[in-house]
Formats: sequence, C-alpha cells, structure tokens
Amino acid sequence: MSVYAAQSNSDHLLEVKNLTTRFYTEDGVVHAVSGISYNLEEGGTLGVVGESGCGKSVHALSIMRLIPIPPGKIEAGEVLFRGRNLLKLSDDEMRHVRGAQIAMVFQDPMTSLNPVLTVGFQITEALKLHQGMNDEEARDRAGELLAMVGIPEAIQRLDDYPHQFSGGMRQRAMIAMALSCNPAILIADEPTTSLDVTIQAQIVELVKRLRDKLGMAVIWITHDLGVVAGLAQRVNVMYAGRIVESGPVKEIYGNPHHPYTLGLLGSLPHPELERGARLFSIRGEPPDLVGASQGCPFAPRCDYAVERCRNEMPLLEVTDPEHLVACWEKEKVGKTQ
Amino acid sequence: MTTQQDEVILHVKNLKKYFPIRRGVFQRHVGDVKAVDGVSFDVYRGETLGLVGESGCGKTTTGRTIIRLYEPTGGNVLFEGADLANVRGNQLRHLRRKMQMIFQDPYASLSPRMSVLGIVGEPLEVHRVASGKEKKERVAELLELVGLDPAFMNRYPHEFSGGQRQRIGLARSLALNPDLIICDEPISALDVSIQAQVVNLLEDLQDKLGLTYVFIAHDLSMVRHISTRVAVMYLGKIVELTDRETLYNNPLHPYTQALLSAVPIPDPFVEEKRQRIILEGDLPSPANPPKGCNFNTRCPVAIDTCFEVEPEFIEVETGHFCACHLVKPQGRVVD
Repeated sequence: MSVYAAQSNSDHLLEVKNLTTRFYTEDGVVHAVSGISYNLEEGGTLGVVGESGCGKSVHALSIMRLIPIPPGKIEAGEVLFRGRNLLKLSDDEMRHVRGAQIAMVFQDPMTSLNPVLTVGFQITEALKLHQGMNDEEARDRAGELLAMVGIPEAIQRLDDYPHQFSGGMRQRAMIAMALSCNPAILIADEPTTSLDVTIQAQIVELVKRLRDKLGMAVIWITHDLGVVAGLAQRVNVMYAGRIVESGPVKEIYGNPHHPYTLGLLGSLPHPELERGARLFSIRGEPPDLVGASQGCPFAPRCDYAVERCRNEMPLLEVTDPEHLVACWEKEKVGKTQ
Repeated sequence: MTTQQDEVILHVKNLKKYFPIRRGVFQRHVGDVKAVDGVSFDVYRGETLGLVGESGCGKTTTGRTIIRLYEPTGGNVLFEGADLANVRGNQLRHLRRKMQMIFQDPYASLSPRMSVLGIVGEPLEVHRVASGKEKKERVAELLELVGLDPAFMNRYPHEFSGGQRQRIGLARSLALNPDLIICDEPISALDVSIQAQVVNLLEDLQDKLGLTYVFIAHDLSMVRHISTRVAVMYLGKIVELTDRETLYNNPLHPYTQALLSAVPIPDPFVEEKRQRIILEGDLPSPANPPKGCNFNTRCPVAIDTCFEVEPEFIEVETGHFCACHLVKPQGRVVD
C-alpha cells in the first residue's frame, strides 16, 4: 500500500486509460474489455482477479498488442508505458518493447514452449535478438537465468527439449525466458493454474524473490483469490470486461464494497466454517459478452440491485482514497460482521 | 451424523492398479506404472470421504478402480458384502446401480448428440427401471432435484453452461437411487462463483437422500469444507487419513504438512505472517518410485531408514492413520 501511496503522484510506469477491446465474431460483437483504466508503479505488484471470460487475459494481450486482428480490435484507449503510447507504436517498435521491456508468462507452459527446439535455444533467441549477444554470451546468460529460477544443473539442461522438463520446470523456464532481458514489467497470465499446489507455491515464491531482487513490476492475472492475497499490493477485480473494484489488497479483502467481490470472497470455503455450513453462492451465471450491456452487467445476479442498476452503467468511483468501486449501491454493500 | 458412522459401506483393502508399459514389436511387458499401489480405507454410510493429492498421485485411478471402470491389479473392494474386484455379469450390473460417478470435465462427460432426457434417462433404460412416460417423469423429477428447469429436458449439452452441465451429470448419477457417489473433481473445471453453487447442491442432496460421497479433489480448502474424513495420497499410496479437524489442525505426515502450507489463503492479513514449507522438486514417476518411503526425494525431514524401508500405514491415534517412520503411535516424534 505504501509503495503505491508514495508514488501515486509521480509519473506512472504503466498507465492504462479507457482500454477497450472487441471481437467481431459471427455471433456478434464480443465486448471483451470495456474501458478499463488503472496505473502501475515501478516495482509494484498488481493482481487482476476475475472468472473465466471476464476479460482479464484479453486486457493483458491488448497491452502486449498480441490480440489477433481480425477478429479482435483494440477500439479505444491508451496504454502509456513510461509515457509512450504502446498502441500507437509501429509493429517494429512494438517488437522492441515486447519481451525486452514488458514480458509475459502464459498459463500453459506445455503449449507456450516450442516442442522441437531446445530450451536453451528458446532462451538465447531473445537474448540475441534484444541484447545483441553472440552465441557464447547468450548461452552463458541462459545458463545463469535457468540457475536463477532454480533449475538444477542448469547448463546441462539447456540442451534439453521441453518434454524432458516437468510442468513446474517448464514454467520456471518460461519465467527465465521472460526475465532474460530484465523487463520493467512482468505480466503473468494465470501462470500457476495448471500446476499442483506444491509447485504453485514454489513458483509464487520464485516470482516474489525475483521481483524484489530485480525491482520489476508484476501484473499477476488469476482467478485464485488466495494467490493474490499473498502476492499483490493492489488488486483489480474484473467482471464482464470491466474493473468493478480496485484498491490495496487489504482493503479489497477486508473491506469489499462491490457485491461481486463480496460474493467471490464469500463463496470460498473458510477454515473456520463448520462442515456442512452453506457457502455463499452468487446465483446465476456470468453474462454473455455479445452485445453491449446497458446497465450494470452484474445486476441480474446481484442482491443489492435496484432499478437504476439495470438502466445505467455505474462508474468506477473513489470511496476511500485508493479504493475505487463501480456500484450504485456501494454504500450499502459491505461485510456484515 | 455420528449415529450413521458405524456402518461401513465400502471397504477397500490393499487395492492396486498397475498399468503395464509395453515396448517393442512384440509389445513386451517391460514395467508397470504403479498408479495405485496398495491403498486401504473404509467409507462409512452417510459420510464424505475426501481423497486429495497432486496430479498423478492416483486419486482418480483409485476412484475408477473402486467402481470397476478399471480392472484392479490386486486387492479387494467390499461393497455391501460383495467383493467388487471379483464379481461379474449380472451381479456387477446390479451393484453398479448402487454406486455412481460424476466426472471432472462437464464438457467431455456428456454426449453432445444426446438430449438431456436421453442422458439422464439412459441409466433408467439400461437397468430397465423405467421407460417412456415413466422415464420422462422421473427425469423431470431428477432435474428439479438438481435445480434445473424440467422444461430443458429436450435441449442438448452445448446449450448449457459448465455449472449446469455438472448438474446434468449429477442428475444422471442420481437416476438409480445410488448409495455411494464417487465425485471425481466435480468442481475443478468450474468458475469460483459456480463452485460454491455445486458444493451447496451436493451437500443438500446428501442431507436429503442420505448419500455417501467419495470426493476426489486437489483443492484442499474445498475438501476441508465438504469432507467428514480426508485421505491424502502421494504417488499411489495413502500417506495420512483422519477426520477433517485433526488433519487440518494436527497433520502428522510431512507431506500433508507441506501440502497444507502450500495452499494460499484468501486473506492478506494471514498471508503476510505465514511461514511456508516449500517442497523441493517434483513428483517422481510412478513407473519408477523411489526405494523405501516414496516421499523421501522431497521430504524435508527424511532419515536414513526412509531410504531403505517402506513405512507401514498404521493407526497412530484413534482413527488417525499415517505412513511415516517419524510418526509413532505415541504421537509425532519429529516436528
């Protein structure tokens, strides 16, 4: 929290303004990301939380300009990285940002590594391209990187193919690759979702350690509220392509003011709950994002919804300093205890 | 609940399932993947036994072998007096009415070419319980039971969301009034807000119909919520089995301790102060498990004996079973 507060007036490392991404499909226009705005500071960690289809991955891909066009299109907005609008860069200029200054780790380590190239080749590729290293330098550096992410006998393992690595090791290799050019921002898109809990704990610890050591900022995208609780300083809760609540991690978990955040937290089993005690469940299903929604997208599932919610889109407004909520009834929403 | 706990509904003894590894032109048998390697436990009527472990630990294979979707390599499964591992033909079909399964992937476990009526009604047809109008009525009743509108009966699976499909799978498993349902990761493919809906439904149905569940999952916090007792599996064996309170408050096996400490808690205030046990390395291959205790490659407290002798699965306290050389019946020796 202090990191954010101290720097909130200075220039931001990353400023996302009104980012809007749509997909033009046969079934209609999918409003995947609808006007999201937030800032990220140097060295800060932002958790982006939401369920599948809420636009959290599409937002990250939009920042990286990795949206397939067509059917996708970034309709509006700005992504200012150190003051430069990434959406206005040429493809060539963007290629120098991607991987070098903003790097990304994807969910599935099996499909994001090329199976017919050695791990070493795939790490050195970025080093040679972005940092102009020769073969030997790149190989030494790749070995260092693999050792840094905790792969034993790193130099020998450079000649291995991805299938010779376990799931956790592959994700470590992906992180090594992402960190190869000392990026200012690491975007991790559900990096631990396909891993077991003991391996997940390893990867989370690794990213925390590297973040503190290298001073990079991290955007951690996940549906797991547990992981974010121990990792992030700020959290954006996304629903149906919008940020519905944003704030310091302790505020979001301790004092949520959006009914969706409240419902998500309530639907998690808590150690103190008796066996057989009912979990709070959000009724209904997440909405279909085809077509624009007029009112609050959460209104059909919301216990607090009033007439206004169905007709008018709530804006993301400040409740406390640093805490933003998009809900017309936010004053009435809160933990009962 | 305690009154029902005395009757053992399912008794699994030294259950083994090996998958042969075959090589070469003549498909020579060169080894085995020991997916389940000597698992023993009881399930009491009316309870929920949680079966947890990481991927590849054999929890799903255990569930599938119990219900005879796989032929067991060894051991016994006693269900209502009959040994499921050996029965065949009509007797097996009869016993299968009493035990059902719901699967992890609600997209793959429902035939896309069958209507909901066909899917939920199929067990009724196969076991010649009902057909025609009677079947329709029963299906409507079942759909209502799992919280779906009976009017959806003629729709196809693609018209439903993940949570709704899991409800359809549940309705199908309830069609024959089973006593035991094996739930194989029924919620792990669902979104967080939908998981709670399905878990609440499972609990309601248990109360209403007196069902017994074997709940297979890797999500320890959800298992803690739903289970009466919990068994922790590692590399084809159960390492610890006890009631939920004891397991979470006083885990004895070093693997259970590490597993519990790896689960992130959705509370930043707690997370800030937590000390984690981070296990080194990965799960060894079940085709070539280590000698001695199979956890010795990752165990933070392993002693020499652990690399030589396989620990026995013994009752260390009343109702608390553990397989570790460092845990003696008097209680734990090493923290």
